[in-house]
Amino acid sequence: MYRLTGVTKRYTRGKETVEALRGIDLTIEDGDQLVIQGPTGGGKSTLLQMIGGLDRPSAGHVELDGVDLATIGEAKLTRLRAEKIGIIFQAFNLIPTLTAQENVETALVPLGVKPAERRERAAEALRSVGLGERLGHVPTELSGGQQQRVAIARALVKKPKVLLADEPTGNLDEGTRDDIMALLEGLWREHGLTFVMVTHDSSIARRAPRVATIEAGRITLTEQGGGPYARQAHGTREQPYVQYGGRAR
Amino acid sequence: MFGIYLKRELGRRKKAALVVALGLALGIALVITVSSVSAGMTQAQDKVLKSLYGLGTDMTVTKAQTAPKAGSAQGPNFKFDAKSSGKTSQSSDRVMTQGGQALKSALVEKVAAQKGVASAVGALSLNVTKVDGSFTRGKAQSSGSSGTSGQGGPGGGTGQPQVQGGGADFNVNSYSVAGVDVTDQELGPLATMKITSGRTFTATQTDAKVAVISKSYAKSKKYKVGSAFKISGTKYTVIGVATPDSGESTTDVYLPLKQAQTLADSKNKVTTIYVKATDSKRIAAVKKEIQANISGTTVTTSSDLASTVSGSLSTASSLAAGVGKWLSVAVLAAAFLVAALLTSSAVSRRVREFGTLKALGWPSRNVTRQVVGESMVNGLIGGGLGIALGLAAAYTVTAISPKLTAQLGSGGGGMGGGMGGPGGGGPGQQSAANKLEIALTAPVSLTTIALAVGLAVTGGLIAGAMGGWRASRMRPADALRSVA
Repeated sequence: MYRLTGVTKRYTRGKETVEALRGIDLTIEDGDQLVIQGPTGGGKSTLLQMIGGLDRPSAGHVELDGVDLATIGEAKLTRLRAEKIGIIFQAFNLIPTLTAQENVETALVPLGVKPAERRERAAEALRSVGLGERLGHVPTELSGGQQQRVAIARALVKKPKVLLADEPTGNLDEGTRDDIMALLEGLWREHGLTFVMVTHDSSIARRAPRVATIEAGRITLTEQGGGPYARQAHGTREQPYVQYGGRAR
Repeated sequence: MFGIYLKRELGRRKKAALVVALGLALGIALVITVSSVSAGMTQAQDKVLKSLYGLGTDMTVTKAQTAPKAGSAQGPNFKFDAKSSGKTSQSSDRVMTQGGQALKSALVEKVAAQKGVASAVGALSLNVTKVDGSFTRGKAQSSGSSGTSGQGGPGGGTGQPQVQGGGADFNVNSYSVAGVDVTDQELGPLATMKITSGRTFTATQTDAKVAVISKSYAKSKKYKVGSAFKISGTKYTVIGVATPDSGESTTDVYLPLKQAQTLADSKNKVTTIYVKATDSKRIAAVKKEIQANISGTTVTTSSDLASTVSGSLSTASSLAAGVGKWLSVAVLAAAFLVAALLTSSAVSRRVREFGTLKALGWPSRNVTRQVVGESMVNGLIGGGLGIALGLAAAYTVTAISPKLTAQLGSGGGGMGGGMGGPGGGGPGQQSAANKLEIALTAPVSLTTIALAVGLAVTGGLIAGAMGGWRASRMRPADALRSVA
């Protein structure tokens, strides 16, 4: 479970100090799905960085299962990211020279998984996102949607507790967006992940079971329900992939 | 993953990797070339010194230079008989010790007894000036009257009565003679010579009227083994013809020491004592010992002698040691800097990549290792290319073998109390006699190769350290930030 209390993040550039987050209080239960939305520059991505342990707050606490990510040592934080947190980026962030399978393997390197097992698990993860035939392809040989699937496989191959996604469909066309969202929601359901997603796509936000709106560094609204996947409904819904009005996978 | 990632990244940035590797290669090749040429210079200098000095000779002892006393300066003196016949052939040899200063032979034993001296041998260096030709008497004639016989002279006379006709036709030849201790020829003037015809002296020929002559002198005089020639009326038989191990011979005739002493009227005198030390690393100490215990002498070591070498060898040596060394350092420093900047720049372009890896939980040391690894491989490629280029350059220098001349003690000053002896370049010796031509080679030693590999690794490490430092400072949040 995440518990954020008074999370503040300030950036100083020259004499100017900007407060990206201003005293955020937020709780995210295990297995919850939270969509963070808001205007550009409102603090969405900064909040995701705090939740993912990618950056530390200037003030306040970010607790994950009782461990304060704001104060633990760098090595422990790195280890925690490697074990518990899977991250999906808007621009996919694949290593351009590595194949799809090798890209997925990079998530297992810090866990000390042996090469043979690494290769096997990476192949399995890619098969689970429908890319079993593309293991040896480098990113430039894949479409945007396929690249994001590789990124999803990379995030999930280590079986994380938390899945974070920063505008995962931001670089995709509408049809592919629906495919990816359907895939993510299916995986969330299947694996019982805590899923936090940043998006400015209101159609995605409308469908989310829980939505936090952040503006000028403050959460202005937290909505519960409305979407097709209530937290308690893991794995119980049928045909979730068409809920966005897009194509079925 | 480390190896795969490294290989793929280097493959992706072939051009950048090649620029870094070529920069390092250039620097390393220059270091190898300069080092090998310097080694070649040292070898050439050694050859020069050995040919002038004697194989196995570590130092020489000569009489300390003293200023000539007033009125003591004496030029060559030739005595010819004035005979009454119309045309008269005359010949005279003037034998002088080189430098005009000699030591007592007893000092050889004293030097040999010094601590650190393995052996010492005395030699006497002479310059022989031979004047031969003929006078023709002139006839004195008074203008308008019957002539009166007058004394002709060289060039004829002038005045009343006038001398007409007459004159002189003389040849002047100079050559150098070395008196050799025939009982120990391993050290001394003959040590650098190889007998190509006939034989050398036997240990019993301490006062025999025999001579070994240099090949060049034999050629110019058309002498061969068995020929005979005279010095100051003494007849010597040629028993051997010798050539120097390298360069030109600086001594024309070698005689047993006693014979040379007799010719120069320098009984029990030597001009040079050749010294071999027991330990080549203690030469300076032995020099100090001799100077302290035997006054009135000058001790010259090979390093002292090296400082008097001039000519193109000296110039090239100075260039290699000065310009070459600093050029290598400058190019190498520039190559290191370029490699470091390019690596750092490459890391900057890979912010998202490294940020992503950190976001995935890669520890900073893994990211740093990746960057350093890539730089090291670049460095090693550069090292390999540099070694190949350097070897090619060294091979080319050796193949071309440019000729360098070495001149010992030139410029009239010679070395202070410097080397006497045959070819020793002692004071007063004609500089032309000390000019040697040496072919330059560029030997590449294992140490040089090791140095090149070390430089390649250092270059890679410097570049990698800079890039790795930048990579280690990146935060995982940069993976997200670079997108925005």
